[in-house]
Amino acid sequence: MTALRLIHGSAALVAAAALAVTFWSGIHERGVGLAFGVLIAVGELTRWSGAQVRQAAPLGTAGSLSYALLGADAGQPTQHDAPQVVTIVLAASLLGGVPHIWCGRSPTLDHLARRVLTVGFAAVCFQPLYNKGVFTQWSGPAYAVLLVALLVLTALCDAVLAAALAHSRTRWPFGPLLRDELRGLLGIGSAVCATGAVMALAVAVAGLWALPVFCLPLLLTQLSVRRYAAVRATYRQTIASLARATEIAGYTPAGHARRVAALSLAVGRDLGLTEAELTVLEYAALMHDIGQLSLVDPVPAGATAALPAQEQRRIALLGGAVVRQTGVDAAVAVVVERQADPCREQPLAARIVRAVNAYEEKAREAGSDGPLRALEELRLATAGDYAPEVVESLARVLSRDCLTLPVAG
Amino acid sequence: MEAVPARARGYVACVALLAVLCVLPLPATHAPWWALALLAALYAACEHVVGRRLGGTFYPVLLAGAFLLPPAAAALVPLPAALFARVEQRPVWLRRVWRAAQPSLAVWAAARVHGALGGRDAVVGCDFPYALVPAGAAVLAFCLVLAALDGGILATAEHVPLRRAWRGLLSRSLAPVAVHGLAGLMMAVLWRSPYGPVAALLVLLPMCVSCWVFAQYHRERAAHQATIRALVQAVDIKDGYTRGHSERVGQASVMIARELGMDDERVEVLRFAGILHDVGKLGVPTRLLRKDGPLTPEERRIIELHPEYGHEMVRGISFLGEARTAILHHHERLDGSGYPYGLAGGQIPECARVVAVADAFDAMTSTRSYSRARPVETAVTELERCAGTQFDPRMVAALARALGRHGWHPAVTADEAPCGIPAQEPVTGSRSGAPR
Repeated sequence: MTALRLIHGSAALVAAAALAVTFWSGIHERGVGLAFGVLIAVGELTRWSGAQVRQAAPLGTAGSLSYALLGADAGQPTQHDAPQVVTIVLAASLLGGVPHIWCGRSPTLDHLARRVLTVGFAAVCFQPLYNKGVFTQWSGPAYAVLLVALLVLTALCDAVLAAALAHSRTRWPFGPLLRDELRGLLGIGSAVCATGAVMALAVAVAGLWALPVFCLPLLLTQLSVRRYAAVRATYRQTIASLARATEIAGYTPAGHARRVAALSLAVGRDLGLTEAELTVLEYAALMHDIGQLSLVDPVPAGATAALPAQEQRRIALLGGAVVRQTGVDAAVAVVVERQADPCREQPLAARIVRAVNAYEEKAREAGSDGPLRALEELRLATAGDYAPEVVESLARVLSRDCLTLPVAG
Repeated sequence: MEAVPARARGYVACVALLAVLCVLPLPATHAPWWALALLAALYAACEHVVGRRLGGTFYPVLLAGAFLLPPAAAALVPLPAALFARVEQRPVWLRRVWRAAQPSLAVWAAARVHGALGGRDAVVGCDFPYALVPAGAAVLAFCLVLAALDGGILATAEHVPLRRAWRGLLSRSLAPVAVHGLAGLMMAVLWRSPYGPVAALLVLLPMCVSCWVFAQYHRERAAHQATIRALVQAVDIKDGYTRGHSERVGQASVMIARELGMDDERVEVLRFAGILHDVGKLGVPTRLLRKDGPLTPEERRIIELHPEYGHEMVRGISFLGEARTAILHHHERLDGSGYPYGLAGGQIPECARVVAVADAFDAMTSTRSYSRARPVETAVTELERCAGTQFDPRMVAALARALGRHGWHPAVTADEAPCGIPAQEPVTGSRSGAPR
């Protein structure tokens, strides 16, 4: 929690200092400030309230960054300083956030702290030097390159901040989180940075008219990202429902697939899988038992871990065939059909699914101290069955979340 | 498709000739050669990345060319992209010529309109609200020429009647091209500014990302549909019914829904309701589903659980909406003797009544292991006999009307996307009974 306090505290400090300085010295160029404030507020208004997306308010972020890096308005050098930038961005973000809080969505303190710190960083790097005239000899293209370099630096800082916040909230390891954040920069992150730079340059050339003209392409990006997120969510629901077919048919106990998927995800995160690998792992874990649909007689209580190895492998292959038919990513089918192989030959995702599945089945059978006994059994199992590093990771994950049986759905 | 008709070849040749005529005055104009070369290379690169890997065309560079260069020079911008692009289908050179000539003419027209309205000075002078006017006119000209030429090639090569070839071409392309046009305008302004082409390049990044995300979206959507299809096929195979029962029920449900004048969204939901109505049979032992002889009461009770199983399965899929209740209640009967809940009359959700009729209709008109297919007329008569007790008369009448109007052509779409079922001619208005 210390990192969280540190980030929130420093954001509050920056915001307070910026507000104080702005009240002391007044606001320069109210028109420009107002225009950018409106843009940022609109961006905040259209932010997504949905699940986790890396860049929830691309328009707001791009607008704030471009205001931080704004050096001129239609050819006239601007006078605003870094505290003013932070003040306006903060005020506009809060204003844009009011309807969201009104609708009862959770206040987004993390988001605001990140925004204040990154914008403050960019503005402090740029505005004092610009206002002193350091950049006057950077003419033409070099100036554009300078802005891009500053934005890349800012984006890196933002990625570190985001990873630190996520780390302190979820306790997932910092390294993979940072890697995923950095990878995310290539996608919509780069679009946001480029838009920030372009808006700053375009306003310098063409005045405030550039703002509405250039919002549109970014809005388009935002729209397609949102649709993509929606269809991904739908797809996940469909897969989860498909996975429930075995539960409904009475082959596996209710909620088994969902619990294995959740635990596999946690272990995968602990072992530092990337986001794409985690998606494959989740789908494979959801569908790991689907091969049982092809059986004539159900396995008692769906406990496949207790079957002879040959039979386990047969069911796994059947499942792989079903998954292949469903048109899901072929990697998922590979994980499903290799979940019963000796662990040395398995891909990591298949090892995770196998160990977690066995744990889930054993823990359920064993009663109140099931989790501990199940872990012990996995540790003592013959060396070829469960990968030791996965079992250790599972133990870490479980000790973090307390060793309790999850409530059956 | 193998042999291109002679008139299509002639058409392409004419368009190419026109394009050459547009480029001819080039030596007389003072074209900035390096800008032309840079834009052309940029367009070729964008087409290579965006066009080939993601599908779709990438207009901002072309339109920036139209805003920056004299018409004759702007018409050359699309040339390298067309010459170096890989063409999969034969005849290769005809296609290359077409891909070079068509955008050439469109860009030429756009540049011409833009220049005539004084757009070039507006771009150089950043005369802002006004600069949007010539740019808008140029985008309109660009779209018009593209649509006209596209319609022409459809008419000559594919023998589509001209009127139908042109329908919707313009309205579909205008909005995306307008957004690309704004990006192109920004590019042109920055290009002419002291910051130069470097700043202009930055404009392309968000557009590329947008295209990429859009392609991802389409890929994911296709994967999603494939998954639903697989689910349905699993049921069909397990049940031992004739292939495609589920999709035909989806099709019949759509016919009824259209006839009842439901809006498009609801029609789509009903298509899914029809397709997935028996998904719960995945939970019923295969042995029971395929049993030949009469069922014991116990076995019948197990089979009759399938609507509840299906509802339990699709409960979490939010996009199915109303279709979920249709899956739960498609075996209810109007007189209350159905299952699972024995609902009667108006208690049964409307969509469930639609699917019930569609299901019974297809069960009668397709060959099953235990019965032969009956002709459509017999099936309709049978449905009408049971209307009021088992089925909702409104749905039966709607089905009869729709069949009378369009006939019953169940598409064999077991290998196609569920959404790819060719929609019958959209029913426009007239809900009054058409003469059969």
